[in-house]
Amino acid sequence: MEKTWNNKAWFMVLPVLVLVAFSAVIPLMTVVNYSVQDTFGNNAFFWAGTDWFLDVLESDRFWDALTRNLIFSAIILAIEIPLGIVIALNMPKRGIGVPICLVLMALPLLIPWNVVGTIWQVFGRVDIGLLGHTVTALGIDYNYVQNPIDAWVTLIIMDVWHWTSLVVLLCYAGLVSIPDAYYQAAKIDGASRWSVFRYIQLPKMKRVLLIAFLLRFMDSFMIYTEPFVVTGGGPGNSTTFLSVDLVKMAIGEFNLGPAAALSIIYFLIILLLSWIFYTVMTTSDAQG
Amino acid sequence: MARINLEHIRHAYGAKPKSEEDYALKEVHHEWNDGGAYALLGPSGCGKTTLLNIISGLINPSEGRILFDGTDVTQLTTQQRNIAQVFQFPVIYDTMTVYDNLAFPLRNRHVPEAEVDRRVKEIIEMTGLGGWAKKTARGLTADQKQKISLGRGLVRSDVSAILFDEPLTVIDPEMKWVLRSQIKRLHKQFGFTMVYVTHDQTEALTFADKVVVMYDGQIVQIGTPAELFERPRHTFVGYFIGSPGMNVLPAEIAGNTASIGDQSIALTFQPQIKAGARTELGIRPEFISLGREGMPVSVTKVEDIGRHKIVRARFADRPISIIVDEDGEIPAEPRVTFDPKAINIYADSWRVGGEA
Repeated sequence: MEKTWNNKAWFMVLPVLVLVAFSAVIPLMTVVNYSVQDTFGNNAFFWAGTDWFLDVLESDRFWDALTRNLIFSAIILAIEIPLGIVIALNMPKRGIGVPICLVLMALPLLIPWNVVGTIWQVFGRVDIGLLGHTVTALGIDYNYVQNPIDAWVTLIIMDVWHWTSLVVLLCYAGLVSIPDAYYQAAKIDGASRWSVFRYIQLPKMKRVLLIAFLLRFMDSFMIYTEPFVVTGGGPGNSTTFLSVDLVKMAIGEFNLGPAAALSIIYFLIILLLSWIFYTVMTTSDAQG
Repeated sequence: MARINLEHIRHAYGAKPKSEEDYALKEVHHEWNDGGAYALLGPSGCGKTTLLNIISGLINPSEGRILFDGTDVTQLTTQQRNIAQVFQFPVIYDTMTVYDNLAFPLRNRHVPEAEVDRRVKEIIEMTGLGGWAKKTARGLTADQKQKISLGRGLVRSDVSAILFDEPLTVIDPEMKWVLRSQIKRLHKQFGFTMVYVTHDQTEALTFADKVVVMYDGQIVQIGTPAELFERPRHTFVGYFIGSPGMNVLPAEIAGNTASIGDQSIALTFQPQIKAGARTELGIRPEFISLGREGMPVSVTKVEDIGRHKIVRARFADRPISIIVDEDGEIPAEPRVTFDPKAINIYADSWRVGGEA
């Protein structure tokens, strides 16, 4: 068969290329640009090679923040996923309760991040905050401004309050798609409550759970606004996550090279971990 | 295995039924024998699935009681009633293997593993799922999945009754015959009480000893296939069973004579009819003979369906169907005679009169 060789096809993909260039490639390349060069101002740049990357990777500061991120995400997932499933299982399936529950569940998701941060910042204060004051009045020593453990507990409770709804809504969507015949058949087969969950509800929720897990991992790993507003990364560096540290480095200290290198490393870590989770979960899915 | 008594059962899906119309299931009061094979036959929406779910305990009836072997089970759960039920669309546990799916109802009841293995292997053999036993149920086709559902219904040997809710809807026609005869064989072998819901008359007539015909929320007739064919109690049974259905013609009844238009037909009995009732004469197409003698008809269409011909004709200005042998001739000036023994008389759609 005769084929015409020309470059017309490029015109076809050009719009997409332009779009992707402006939305992703060009912003990313400026970061890449900073990460491999050094500058002393005046728009004069010097080639730095991999120096900034090595700097970042050799610093304790990076590894400490990364560890905090991993622990935070692990705790968040360990609480929000099971809690979300439990709440979804107990939500009404029909009747007036459905819209009420759905609205209540959606409320925290509609609040902007920095507002959530401010709410909890005030809520947890020992002097005027309802939570902080009550807990202290009960004789429990609580002060998120001074005690690192308290700061962590506050951030975790805040995140659970803010984001468990997302897991609930996704799981609920999975649950309501199960036809009644499945529950009827399970009754006939004499299945226990646990068996119904294990063999009917969980398999049907698997796909949405995968999405919920990935979304919550990525979001919690990138968390910035709330700790910035509530604790500002403190006390000490105890709640300084990679994102908080990154902003400190780039805007506070104006260390553009290391900050750019850290950005790229940060991005690659999220990409890698998400890919690993996705692969592991979908392969186990295929094996059944 | 159990004898099932339905005592004055009624069911409405709405909370407060006001009139008879609100009941999806109108009063049902019957005894079903231990070890019987019953088919619930009727069009969609006639209440047959509702009745089935009341027996299995998935629905609590608004009124009435259910007895198994004389014990009231109305308030008992499905599990306590020890019922097996197969649904219209396949329900499988798709993370389990085919084997585990079939073993599930037994394991939930703590049957010893050796017994589980024996029963499951038997069912696998019966359904022809041998090659799939160790595979997960997820990748199977719809009819294989339905075989698993069916298998789960049949795997327990101690059930009070097995209920089937149009189980063969998604199965290939060829496989339908195989599975139906296997269910039938199991019934003969183990004597389970079986109730089989269907809207397919062939399925009902071949499966059941007794066919329960339902129409508009009530049972209109319970009978053997022969009874349903020869003596339909309600004109609906006449229409619904048989292919084509019974000819039902408006008729004037006077003494033991029925008049349709200007034709008079002598009856072998004298129907007892209340004044003012709407009267009809019913006769199956099989019992009308077409020839040169009798009452005049005009033939409108002849359908040759292989073993015999269906003649569509007009008799006293009413459409009727007549079944004629494959080689039977249709005369130029056709006339018909009705077999007097096969005539049924209906008043307000219900059959009347002595069995003669």
